[in-house]
Amino acid sequence: MTLQRRWLIAAGAGFIVALVLPRVGVPTFYISLLTQAWIYAIVAMSLDLLVGFTGLVNFSQAALFGVGAYAVAIAATRYHVVDFFPVVCIGIIAAVVTAAIFGLVALRSEGVGFIIITIALNEIVWGLAYQWVSVSGGDNGITGIVRPPVGPFDVSANTGYYYVCLAFFVISLILLSIIVRSPFGLVLKGVRETPRRMRALGYNVWLYRYFAMMISAGFAGLAGVLFAWYNQFVGPTSLSLDQSTQILIMVILGGIGTLYGQLFGALVVVFLSNELSAVTQRWEMVLGVVYFVVVMYAPGGLVVLVPRLWARLRGLRPAVERT
Amino acid sequence: MDLRFFAQNALGGLAYGSLLFLIASGLTLVFGLMRIINLAQTAFYLLGAYVGLTLVAHGFDFWLSSVAGGVVTMVLGLAVYSAFLHRYHADPLTSLLLTLGFALILDDGILALWGGDPRSVSPPPMLRGSIQIGTLVFPEYWLAVIAISFTVAAIMFVSLRRTMLGVIIRASVDDEEMARGLGVDVNRAFYVVFAAGALIAGIGGLLGGPITSAYPGLDGELTPLAFAVVIVGGMGSLTGALVGSILIGLVNAFGKAMFPELSYFTIFVPVALIMAFRPQGLFGRKQ
Repeated sequence: MTLQRRWLIAAGAGFIVALVLPRVGVPTFYISLLTQAWIYAIVAMSLDLLVGFTGLVNFSQAALFGVGAYAVAIAATRYHVVDFFPVVCIGIIAAVVTAAIFGLVALRSEGVGFIIITIALNEIVWGLAYQWVSVSGGDNGITGIVRPPVGPFDVSANTGYYYVCLAFFVISLILLSIIVRSPFGLVLKGVRETPRRMRALGYNVWLYRYFAMMISAGFAGLAGVLFAWYNQFVGPTSLSLDQSTQILIMVILGGIGTLYGQLFGALVVVFLSNELSAVTQRWEMVLGVVYFVVVMYAPGGLVVLVPRLWARLRGLRPAVERT
Repeated sequence: MDLRFFAQNALGGLAYGSLLFLIASGLTLVFGLMRIINLAQTAFYLLGAYVGLTLVAHGFDFWLSSVAGGVVTMVLGLAVYSAFLHRYHADPLTSLLLTLGFALILDDGILALWGGDPRSVSPPPMLRGSIQIGTLVFPEYWLAVIAISFTVAAIMFVSLRRTMLGVIIRASVDDEEMARGLGVDVNRAFYVVFAAGALIAGIGGLLGGPITSAYPGLDGELTPLAFAVVIVGGMGSLTGALVGSILIGLVNAFGKAMFPELSYFTIFVPVALIMAFRPQGLFGRKQ
């Protein structure tokens, strides 16, 4: 059995498990957390397109995610645009336009400079959401967002909405996988490895990075739209710098440059932060410690770490038995 | 725009900008020397403020408490640097995430120790008055903060230009490998710069208390301003940090006064302009 076929079977099995989970008596609370994980997995994959495949460490991903979420809220509460597909389009377009502006500013530099500028950009958008009370509701955010039906299906209940998010996650994973395997994706990898050589070969490195940022933003915006409907509320914390970092931690924890790994990253972070906040008030502190542990001991991510630990366990077992 | 509005905001912006310098100088030097983006720098400021105001509440002298806040912050910063950060000085992403994790821990620790209520800080008794020039009123404390920050800036400039340590630091910024090759103890310069950055930000905490007050989340609000300073001034440049601080301080003050809902957005304007015409910053060097 080739490796590729094994992966396809694993992915198919995982998908079927995900499909039946709500039908086999898993508590609603966990279905709701899983829904959240699908949404975060989309935005984490969108960031992986930049970090893992283009070599751009973008700290403004939460801003794009948040712009998508605020677009839903503002469209619904001010302009009464509430239908499913138009709102999804509005959210995606809003995020892409924001990224187009960000890109013009941030792509003037690269490497560490890019990181610093995207941090500042993210904080500026956060400041807008926090202070521009007449539009964003300030710290109180915007409430009263209702999940619209998808065509003939009513998805206002948690189970229905779970399937919506699962579907969008699968579509995003497939689309992004196609993008990174396409000639365009190969150029991105070249840009990540040696921008100078790509420039010498005649590729417009800036333009490829710019396009990658906008494509990534489209998926981030989509995740933001889903997140707004998920919470039925949008507030400034959804586009804070902490949120950007949390998304980046999902990317690193899952395994940079894998796409499917980001699902595991999202699952771990979502479940961990929810369980922690149930157990202790000091969960933010624990989350900080988790950052330390992840970047120091698991820089390759779970997709590298778990097989290695497994191999080591198997390797050690005979040695233990001998003694 | 009358004269009074202009003068008041100009002085307020200058005072705020000089506080920003106390934060951003450490940020830019640590970055220039070790390529570490220290996201805990504004949390250092907040920690200094809380330690300082606690000491003041117990009857200690304002200036002494401020320095004590700085020293506590410096010790903590050095502990984290020597335990974790120093291994990652050529790895900006890892060090950035470590400092962010540290900022989360510090924030939450501050919340656990001091609670979530905002704390106001009153200036020391001898500086509670204000100076009147015609119809203009300037709080004495603002002038004092500006004077102190410029003194600190002057000390930093002189140490960088005139002392052996300054020479080592500048040499390490220019060409770390060559400096190491010539037998210079670059690592010692790293420790000194990180400690100085934490110390100055920590001292700034209580000094800035009467202007910014202290509350959890203040560090998050200062972060965009401090980063804007570093971007506008040029990463790694102390002159840039000084000029950038004043510029961002003024833009912030006038932005808040003229467009109260969009004041963060007004900071975007200098950042975008700098990126468009001089991506390396006003005083930065081309990479």
